Amino acid sequence: MADQAIVGGKQSPAGYRPRSIRWPDRILSALFTGGLQGFCFLFLAVVGGLALELLWGSRLSLRAFGIGFLWSTEWNPVTQQFGAAPFIYGTVVSSTIALALAAGIGILAGVFLAEFAPRRLGIVLGMLIELLAAVPSIVYGLWGLFVLAPVVSGWIGPALQAAFGFLPIFQGTIYGVNMLTASLILTLMILPTITAITRDLIAAMPMRYREAALALGSTPWEMVSKVALPSVRRGIFGACMLAYGRALGETIAATMVIGNRPVISASLFAPGYTVASVIANEFTEATTNLYLSALIELGLILLIVSLMVIGIGRLMVRLFLR
Amino acid sequence: MIGLSIPARRQLKSLLWTAASAFCATGVSVVLLLIMGYVVREGVSALSLSFLTQLPRPVGVPGGGVANGIVGTLIIVGIAAMMAFPVGIFVGIYLAVYSHRHLAKSLSYLADVLAGVPSIAIGIFAYTLLVAPFHHFSAVSAAFAFAVLMVPLVIRTTEGAIAVVPRELREAATALGAMEHRVTSKVLLVAARPGIVTGLLLALARVTGETAPLLFTAFGSQFWEFDPNKPMAELSLQIFTYAISPYRDWHQQAWGGALILIVAVFVLSVFARLSFLWRGGAGIGRGTD
Repeated sequence: MADQAIVGGKQSPAGYRPRSIRWPDRILSALFTGGLQGFCFLFLAVVGGLALELLWGSRLSLRAFGIGFLWSTEWNPVTQQFGAAPFIYGTVVSSTIALALAAGIGILAGVFLAEFAPRRLGIVLGMLIELLAAVPSIVYGLWGLFVLAPVVSGWIGPALQAAFGFLPIFQGTIYGVNMLTASLILTLMILPTITAITRDLIAAMPMRYREAALALGSTPWEMVSKVALPSVRRGIFGACMLAYGRALGETIAATMVIGNRPVISASLFAPGYTVASVIANEFTEATTNLYLSALIELGLILLIVSLMVIGIGRLMVRLFLR
Repeated sequence: MIGLSIPARRQLKSLLWTAASAFCATGVSVVLLLIMGYVVREGVSALSLSFLTQLPRPVGVPGGGVANGIVGTLIIVGIAAMMAFPVGIFVGIYLAVYSHRHLAKSLSYLADVLAGVPSIAIGIFAYTLLVAPFHHFSAVSAAFAFAVLMVPLVIRTTEGAIAVVPRELREAATALGAMEHRVTSKVLLVAARPGIVTGLLLALARVTGETAPLLFTAFGSQFWEFDPNKPMAELSLQIFTYAISPYRDWHQQAWGGALILIVAVFVLSVFARLSFLWRGGAGIGRGTD
């Protein structure tokens, strides 16, 4: 506010205008503000265009299937019947398992980096984990397909089946490319987000909290679990939402390891399909307008859900990290 | 000292949890190193001069390379940068300079949220806007999708880099009679340059290796293509095609391509951080997401 009063000169007493500001400067200054605002509106137009284009593109499908699109399980291009349920199921299940695993590991890892790690080790591990976030998803997909999938069908799957085979989620034939493999790859992909934000949140906690807890006789872990973590729990919740949003929208890596079969199966060892992967696989093969429109509607659903999840997450993290 | 007064049970519990957290942090790092090690091992055996300089060959014909994909990636990312950098930097400047305005506050939040939008949705947007009306796939539509992915990142890092410039610098310039545009161009931008450059490099690293939107924008090509208005080969797209094919030769080539991609992305992100540290910036440059 203050600088504007000086620059504009209008709010200063008795209409005083600084002599030194010449008219070319005034014009330039107006152009500067106007130009910047122009770019802001361009950005807004692109964001608005994104939402409107997807809405417009899915009009045929919206008209044909209505709200029932969300829970219809039939996906049949031959009969022109399209329903999103198998894809929504696959997306939500794989992302939720990934979040559950990544939250546990990521929060603990973040605590270690912020509180327990020797300084140098913390920096090195922190940089490594941030590099993990930079690895392109196609590389995770490649590794998941050729390295992790055989391990899941050869070791992890049989071991889980032997131990917990009475549970329906661990029954049936064990495929290499299945929901479990997809969940594990997604876990790896969202771990860096949770770890890095947890570390930053705890590191930003005022030192006096730490000192007070320790002075009252708590052990280092009690300080973390009873003071540090509760004080940043909303920020960590936000970090988890950001990670969840990323998992929901992840395309290439999930497509390569989830098996791509549009069925809802209780077993994690069976192939599944996600919203993002069906778009990736079938978009260029969509032969009719209705088919294409149904795929765009899937994109719209993905956009809306991830905007909500990430919107909440960002709000939470922003409140704590700025 | 204090330890004497704490019961052994609680101390043991603390020790166990500390060990568990150390195990998690090192475990994640070890998995990363394992993945990288595997990519390097498999990729190096596929790398050769012809892999880097030749066109793809049909299945069964030995040899062949991904040269057109590497060039295609450079072209597409280059065009995307030309679209995204000006918009991102200018909006970022606006957000930092007029940070008290409502428009700036909401845009800053919007950019944050948009940074997490699934790339496949942005691919559909590019398709309906730049592919469907013209009835053919093109490198430009892919570049547009990449640009939409990059803009929020550039906005946020530019905003952050300017926001950490000491207040006094800005006040001093204003007190000397400089108007807003001069304060920004001669003082704020100069001081914030290392941070802005870091943001640009991180944005490049983010889209290099992005595959999903390319499936129905750039589409891929078996040949040399330099016309941005035509379908174009792209490295990560080639890796995807090769990986899901049933041929052993092509799998090997996919690993070679992945190695090139990882080296490119790591060089970009490490350089982004180093350039930032060397030139004495502070406050941003951490890629938390």
